[in-house]
Amino acid sequence: MNWRHKDLLEISQLSRDEVEHVFETAARFAEVNQRPIKKVPILKGKSVVLFFAEASTRTKTSFDMAGKRLSADTFSLTKSGSSLQKGESLKDTALTLQAMHPDAIVIRHWDSGAAAFLAQRLECSIINAGDGWHAHPTQALLDGFTLSRVWDSFAGKTVCILGDIAHSRVARSDVQLLTMLGVRVRLCAPRTLLPAAASTWPVEIFSDVAKACAGVDAVICLRLQLERQQAGLLPDLREYASTYGLSPRHLADASPDVKIMHPGPMNRGLEISSELADCGASLILDQVSSGVAVRMTLLHLYLTRARVSA
Amino acid sequence: MAHVESLIRNVSWQGRDCDLLIGQGRICDVAEAGTISAEGVEIVDGQGLLLLPSLIDAHVHLREPGQEYKEDIASGLSAAAAGGFGQVMAMANTRPVNDCAAVTRYILQQGHAAFPQGPWVRPVGALTVGLSGKELAPAGELALAGCVALSNDGLPMENTELFRRAMEYAADFGLKVIDHCEDPLLGRGGVMNEGEVSSRLGLKGIPTVSEAMQVARDILLASYLQLPVHLAHISCRQSVELIARAKEQGIPVTAETCPHYLMWDESRVHGYDTNVRVNPPLRTRDDVLAMRQAVRQGVIDILVTDHAPHAAHEKEVTFAEAPNGISGLDTALSLTFELVRGGELDWADIPRLWCWKSAEIFALSSNALRPGDPADFVLFDPDQAWVVTPEVMLSKGKNTPCLDKEVPGRVMAHFLGGRRVFSRQAGTLGSAF
Repeated sequence: MNWRHKDLLEISQLSRDEVEHVFETAARFAEVNQRPIKKVPILKGKSVVLFFAEASTRTKTSFDMAGKRLSADTFSLTKSGSSLQKGESLKDTALTLQAMHPDAIVIRHWDSGAAAFLAQRLECSIINAGDGWHAHPTQALLDGFTLSRVWDSFAGKTVCILGDIAHSRVARSDVQLLTMLGVRVRLCAPRTLLPAAASTWPVEIFSDVAKACAGVDAVICLRLQLERQQAGLLPDLREYASTYGLSPRHLADASPDVKIMHPGPMNRGLEISSELADCGASLILDQVSSGVAVRMTLLHLYLTRARVSA
Repeated sequence: MAHVESLIRNVSWQGRDCDLLIGQGRICDVAEAGTISAEGVEIVDGQGLLLLPSLIDAHVHLREPGQEYKEDIASGLSAAAAGGFGQVMAMANTRPVNDCAAVTRYILQQGHAAFPQGPWVRPVGALTVGLSGKELAPAGELALAGCVALSNDGLPMENTELFRRAMEYAADFGLKVIDHCEDPLLGRGGVMNEGEVSSRLGLKGIPTVSEAMQVARDILLASYLQLPVHLAHISCRQSVELIARAKEQGIPVTAETCPHYLMWDESRVHGYDTNVRVNPPLRTRDDVLAMRQAVRQGVIDILVTDHAPHAAHEKEVTFAEAPNGISGLDTALSLTFELVRGGELDWADIPRLWCWKSAEIFALSSNALRPGDPADFVLFDPDQAWVVTPEVMLSKGKNTPCLDKEVPGRVMAHFLGGRRVFSRQAGTLGSAF
């Protein structure tokens, strides 16, 4: 497949064929990741900047490992080590990085639209590793890829996304990806943690966790940021844990093969019970493994894309 | 220069071709084309041009004193002259705030120094000291120094007790209170309209209720106190429904909106263009339609720009970091004309919306094109389309959603007191003939 995109900003840019191509390629890279020698030379000589203005451990490590396994050179820039902390504007940081001629910039930033901001100004590929509440397309792709490994087909499947949807870039990207793949999506959250116009999305909305989980094939739990309580969106964390934290009792009517997912990092005992996080139905560590394979795939596709000559 | 006389021939006024004779800075006669003969006067051929009274913009931010890198009074008045505005009401959120006579006088002096023949800056004084919403600004002193109204614009008035007292106190000095209607907490931190687009883009929203609640508060106060209040930059259906009902009941409320609330809806935020970030935010398509209807029906009394210039680097940031505001003086009349061409507004209403009614609300002079009126007028070419580029805009603020887009209709000449303060052909300003 000739990859036609310069940037990955959100899932809606991709067609279903392209998403399936990502999954097929990721399956091959997942196999590479099982070998004793995991490094292949396909991106030798390419350089990738990992620009993480907002703190991240797993996504940054995942991209770093993905790049290195493909023999690309990766360079990390975090807020504490960057000029952003000295008050440099995002524009100037971006132009400075551009002047060093990287082949791609992977960006994580606290503001929605930050990846688009870079994409509009820079010639190199921009991979969105999470912008504000807006999008986290590589997470959605790794979630989809993880499910594709355990399901024969997405058709007829139902997934419940549980937790703080309003402030979740993961939820927005997962909704776009899963609905594209033909999965029925449910959202379950207190109303204060739902986007204002969630009712216009192609999803079913629940406030009762057990009802939301009845008949579902997978539950994706979202991390609850502790500041939501301070912002007046929740009474207290104890009530959240007892009402909306996923525990085995909610899954009584779920599919017998229900899978449990979480993008991490988890607050055990808050949005998910420890028991479920560690149970046989949990795909949480598979998501981490899939993440490396999917990000290898994306770096490969975006860094070797067919360029239209001017 | 006092006895300058001229004859504008064949200009279109109220749907008819007219001749306009001006002398001693005033309108001498307006009559059917070809019926006025005059000797020894300058003759201007107005063939194909539309005549308008010089416009009044009752809501601008000229940034001086204090933020001259965004705009100064001279550059703001240049844009006003070219945009057809003979009087602009400058809001008080300068640095220092215009909350005392010294600042008011400074603003007037800077305007006079830059444009001794006009356009004129009409200062709006702060409603409270430092716009802090804590203590009343000296309305008497501000009125005497030349302020034409009082406002808290830019910051919501949280303290309703103080707002009520401000309305009462200002009334004794004949000053209207202009209220920026926004609940101080509901939607705090929001950067766009709350709804489908904010949900999709992951941006914090400001619900229309935040505006409408304060509109309702002000209407109730105006009714209770039987004192007038003017509502700034109204943006949504809920607000205009409240205002319409208040007007039916005879409550002394007037209201303004801006071309951008009539032109664009929240879908413009897709792509995170910071030039569409403005407060109140662009609303839904339904709100845009309600606003257009409210303007047609007179529920909204006047149009204003809420001209809010910013430096380019301030808008070249992420959407959440960008300051609110659209630069409006250069483009307002062309955007209005686009609405007229689209059938949304009637050209015959433009003098009222952009001049006469504003003059009435704020007790300013205006030109009704009757003999003896000040010869303040604009010649507008409806057939000249132009591309809004940073180079063409005279405001320092190039922050407009129509940047690099084509807009229809252009001011070709602007006269104040019979003197030409702007001429497109000459491309220069202030050249009296």
